Amino acid sequence: MREGFGKLWNGGGARNLRWAVLPILFLVAWEIAAILIDNPFILPRIESVASVLATPFASILGTGSLVHNASVSLQRVLVGFLVGAALAIPLGIAMGRWEFVEELVNPLVQIFRPVPPLAWVPLALAWFRIGLGSMVFIIALGAFFPVLLNTLDGVRSVKRTWIEAAMTLGARERQLLVRVILPGALPTIWTGLRVAFGIAWMCVVAAEMMPGTSSGLGYLILYSYNFSQVQVIVAGMIVIGLIGLGIDFCLRQVESRWFRWRELER
Amino acid sequence: MKLVVEGVSKEYVGNNGEPVVALKGISLEVPEGEFVCILGPSGCGKTTLLRIIAGLERPTEGRVLVDGEEVDGPTPRLGMIFQDYSLFPWRRVIDNISFGLELAGVEKADRAATAREYLDLVGLGGFASAYPYELSGGMRQRVAVARALATNPAVVLMDEPFGALDAQTRNAMQREILEIWEKTRKTVLFVTHSVDEAVFLADRIVVLTARPGRIREVATFSEPRPRNRTSDGCAALRRYVLGLIDEGQGGA
Ligand SMILES: Nc1ncnc2c1ncn2[C@@H]1O[C@H](COP(=O)(O)OP(=O)(O)OP(=O)(O)O)[C@@H](O)[C@H]1O
Ligand SMILES: [Mg+2]
Repeated sequence: MREGFGKLWNGGGARNLRWAVLPILFLVAWEIAAILIDNPFILPRIESVASVLATPFASILGTGSLVHNASVSLQRVLVGFLVGAALAIPLGIAMGRWEFVEELVNPLVQIFRPVPPLAWVPLALAWFRIGLGSMVFIIALGAFFPVLLNTLDGVRSVKRTWIEAAMTLGARERQLLVRVILPGALPTIWTGLRVAFGIAWMCVVAAEMMPGTSSGLGYLILYSYNFSQVQVIVAGMIVIGLIGLGIDFCLRQVESRWFRWRELER
Repeated sequence: MKLVVEGVSKEYVGNNGEPVVALKGISLEVPEGEFVCILGPSGCGKTTLLRIIAGLERPTEGRVLVDGEEVDGPTPRLGMIFQDYSLFPWRRVIDNISFGLELAGVEKADRAATAREYLDLVGLGGFASAYPYELSGGMRQRVAVARALATNPAVVLMDEPFGALDAQTRNAMQREILEIWEKTRKTVLFVTHSVDEAVFLADRIVVLTARPGRIREVATFSEPRPRNRTSDGCAALRRYVLGLIDEGQGGA
């Protein structure tokens, strides 16, 4: 019996499908639990969630479709993420390259880093009012620190011999920064961008639950809650998860294509 | 083009705060086109001397002159090949070689032509678009040689470039570097701790003492190239230099 299972588990075709085992079990358990609980307000059946997902262009409770809300959220996260990264990368390089910049900036970074981006919501609302501005602020804040710390790490991991070789070949400070330090640090910076995007994506959903918002996946979830549309909430969560997964996959593809040298370097 | 080292000393502050004298009163003149080997035991300050000449480090005392001009920082006139691998791993071989030309603002087409030329010179014509991680240790050092030569420096400084290679590859690389030297006629300062290597390569051998590094003696060797490692001349010089090193360490 055990041998038979082992054979099935390690056998040719099964090997590629192993990853699916737990998710399928999860779905089965969900369905069984939903039938037993028999209350769509606590746990909706899979079919009802699937029927929401199956009509991504249908307007939901007058708030726009899944696709519409997802694209609104994506635009927001993109703007916030880019703002955060555009500030963090130059600052991180400066901190890694010039000690006095690090000494100057580090205390502030250490103080603000542990503050969750969402703790800034009240201030963000006071400063930028309700709308895109306050959301971008919060998302950028969430993306900023992981990019900054990884950039700093990346710059520090640049080998001294690379810098000195470039100097003996005639590199000036600006050329060192652009042609040696940036490309040498880029794989680590990219890791930072990936982590940061994950955080930014979480921030956008949370930021869309702020008062006064009227679109986005976060808003859709909160709004559906007020109408007890639990199947929409779950469908929204699934879309959030899938988008996060998809973007991380793309960033990973780039990583394995462009930055292979980091793993293969001996 | 002439290289002059004038009374160079270097003192570091050790990690217990006490001064560490790495080099003491090094003076040396190298005429254009000469192949000079700097020989000494590990830790005697060979790398330090080369880095000072390259302008990567300031001497505590003394100075270095190239054509009468004091070296006060790294410059493309002084090419350097490092003890550890220094290629840029994110650049293809050909783009590593053209790096210095890129910095100097050379046109793309000229850059590519020059880089090709040096790639062929070091015998790696077929590896233009390979990445450094695809190359063996010997091949990487050849790329480093090509990269250093491509900017046409007046002096080439090499810090134990073949130290990490096996004996066979090492011998082949020594023959190759002489061929390249004969074609380009650069002034070469070549650091090594192998007496054998120095005897095979050098016009002059600068023997340093153990720390603090001073010049023990400068031996001139005029045996014509290509040299036979087992010839009487080579054997005699090897014996002589080994004797100097033993004395320098307080041995026989
Ligand atoms: N940055 C530094 N700070 C303190 N001491 C140093 C520093 N660099 C070198 N030294 C010391 O100076 C001495 C000479 O070092 P150097 O690297 O020049 O020796 P080397 O002859 O090149 O040795 P090897 O043959 O092992 O490469 C050593 O004792 C070393 O510990
Ligand atoms: Mg050394």
